[in-house]
Amino acid sequence: MTKLWYPLVQRAFSISVLLALMLALGTSPAHADLQILITKGVTDPIPIAIVPFAHALPPDGPFDVAAVVQHDLESSGRFRAMPRKQMQLTPTRAADVQAADWKASGNDYVAVGRVSVPSSTEIDVECDLINSQSGALVATQKFIANSASVRNAAHQISDFIYEKILGVRGAFATRIAYISVQGQPPAQKYQLIVADADGENHKIIVESTQPIMSPAWSPDGQWLAYVSFENRVSGVYLQTVRTGERRLVSARVGVNGAPAFSPDGQRLALTLSGSGGNLDVWLLDLASTSQQLTRLTEDPAVDTEAAWSPDGKSIYFTSDRAGGPQVYKLEVAQHQRVERITFGSGYNARPRVSPDGKKIAFVTREGSAYRIGVQDLASGTVSVLSHGSLDESPSFAPNGASIIYAGRDGAVGTLQIVSVDGLVTQRLNDVGEVREPVWGPFAH
Amino acid sequence: MQKQILVLIAIAGAVLAAGCSHKPRPQPANADQTGATSLDQPQTSADNGANALGAQGDTGNEGAGPSGEQLKNRTIYFEFDSSDIKAEYNAMITAHARYLASNPTMRVRIEGNTDERGSREYNIGLGERRAQAVRRALMLQGVNEPQITTVSYGEERPAVTGHTEDAWSRNRRANIVYLQ
Repeated sequence: MTKLWYPLVQRAFSISVLLALMLALGTSPAHADLQILITKGVTDPIPIAIVPFAHALPPDGPFDVAAVVQHDLESSGRFRAMPRKQMQLTPTRAADVQAADWKASGNDYVAVGRVSVPSSTEIDVECDLINSQSGALVATQKFIANSASVRNAAHQISDFIYEKILGVRGAFATRIAYISVQGQPPAQKYQLIVADADGENHKIIVESTQPIMSPAWSPDGQWLAYVSFENRVSGVYLQTVRTGERRLVSARVGVNGAPAFSPDGQRLALTLSGSGGNLDVWLLDLASTSQQLTRLTEDPAVDTEAAWSPDGKSIYFTSDRAGGPQVYKLEVAQHQRVERITFGSGYNARPRVSPDGKKIAFVTREGSAYRIGVQDLASGTVSVLSHGSLDESPSFAPNGASIIYAGRDGAVGTLQIVSVDGLVTQRLNDVGEVREPVWGPFAH
Repeated sequence: MQKQILVLIAIAGAVLAAGCSHKPRPQPANADQTGATSLDQPQTSADNGANALGAQGDTGNEGAGPSGEQLKNRTIYFEFDSSDIKAEYNAMITAHARYLASNPTMRVRIEGNTDERGSREYNIGLGERRAQAVRRALMLQGVNEPQITTVSYGEERPAVTGHTEDAWSRNRRANIVYLQ
C-alpha cells in the first residue's frame, strides 16, 4: 500500500525535520487523563479479580500490567473489579488459584499473570483466566513485547479477557486520533494527536497555527489523512503515523476536505468545490500515477462528509439538496443512484458506518441541541446516545461496541465514549480544547 | 461591540502580517523541506495539474489594503444558516468593488466562516457559500474573477470563543483580506 502512493509525492518532510519541528516547538503534549463516568451503567457488571502480576522488571519501576487491565475492563462498564486491598492472596499462576475462595468473595472470574524477561530486549506478559464458579481454566495467553510495547501488551490482555468472557473482540489495544486546540483567537495552535484508546501514550503528529481538521485513518492504521490550512487555504494531506512522512494529495482551487480512505486503501473519497463553490464528493485514485479523479455527486447543493460502507460498494454522505442537511447513500459503481437515509430531525449530518455495515452514527439536532444519533439501517430506527448540546464527530470503535465523539463540558471540548446501547459513557479528559476523535483499526 | 470587533480584526491582521514576512518561494515537487521548517511559513502549493479543477494558486500574503471609511470595513456578518448579504453591507461591498475594479492588479481573498454549531465539514460548505456570496457581489460590480480567491474556514477560525448567541453572531462572517 505504501508503494502505491509514491507517484503522489508532492512534498515530503524528512523524519528528522519533523522531529526537529516538534522539538523546536518545545511544547509538552497536553496530558490526557481518563475519567470514567458511568452515566447509566449496566445493571449487572461482571465481577472479576485482576490479581497483580508477578513481574521481573527492576524494582524501581515495574510496569503494573494488572492496573492497566483493571482500568480497561472497568472503563467498558461491563466489569466490576475487586479492590486489591481486599485480596487475601495474590497468586500469579492458575495452578495456585483456589477458585472457591475467589467465588466466596463474589468473583465470577479471576485473572492472574506474570511478566518475564527472557532476553535483554524481550518482555513476555502472560495471563491465565480462571472461572471461579467452576474452577476451570478458561484460557492462557502470552504476549511478547519490549519495553516500548509493554503497555500495549497490557491492553492486549484486556482484549483477551474481554473476548473470552463476552464473546466480542476487545478494542483496548487500538489507537485514536484527534485534534487539540490551544490558545485564544486569533492566536490558536492546532495539533493532530494520536493516542492509545485510553488516552495515554499520546504523540503529536503535526502542529500548526492554522486549522487542522478531519483526520481519517487508513484501513491498515499506518496513515492519517487530514485537512490543513497551513497555506491559508485548504489542502488534504496523508501522513504516516510512525515516521511522519507527509504527502499533499489535494490542494485544488476552493474546498479540499473530508477525506475518507476506501476499505481497500486504494482510493480516497474527498470533498472538492472548484472555484464556483459547489461542494461535491469526489474519488481520488491513490494507485494511479495521474491522480485520477472521479466525481460522485453533481447536485448544486453541499455534498460532503463521505463515509464508506465496509464492503466499499456504497458511500454515505451529507447533502442539503432537500433544504437542511440529511444523510444520503450512493453506489460507487453507479453513483447516479442516490437514496436518502435519514428523516425525522431537520439536521442529520456527518455519517459514519458501523464495522458490520448495519448502522450509521451521525450528528442529529434535537430542539436546539446537537447530539449523536445511531440509525439501524434495516429498520430505520434512530436512537440518540448523547445528552450534550454541542456533540459532534462520532466514530465507531473497530469492534462496533462503542462510539467516540466530541462533546462539550462548559467551556471545554471533551472526548466521550458511549456504548452503542447508550448504557455506558466514559469521558476522556484533556487539557484544552479537544475535538474530532477518530478510532483507528485493529492493530493485530 | 463593533469597536471591539474592529480591534480584534486589527490585531488579527497585525499577527497574520507579522507571521508572513517572507515572500512565498515556489518549491519543486518532491523537495525535502530542509532548514527551519514550520507548517506556518507561507508555502506555494504544488499540484501536478492532472485534474479538472485546476491547481490552488499562490495565495499571496496579507497586506494592509486600501484605506478609506468604507474600505476599512472588511467583515460582513450573516444571520444563522444564511448566506444572504444584508442591505447594510451594500455600501461597503460597493466601495471594495470600485476599488478593486480600478486597481486590477490588486487581489483579495474572501474568507467564509460559521458559528460552531453542527458538523465541521458541513460548516465548511456553509462558510464557502458565504464567501461565494461576497465574491459574486464583487464580480457583479465589475471585479475580475482572477482578483478573487475564496476560502472557507467553517467553524475552525472563530473570531471569538464562547458558546452563546452573541459569540455565534460574531463568528458568522466573511472577511475580505487584501493580498500583496
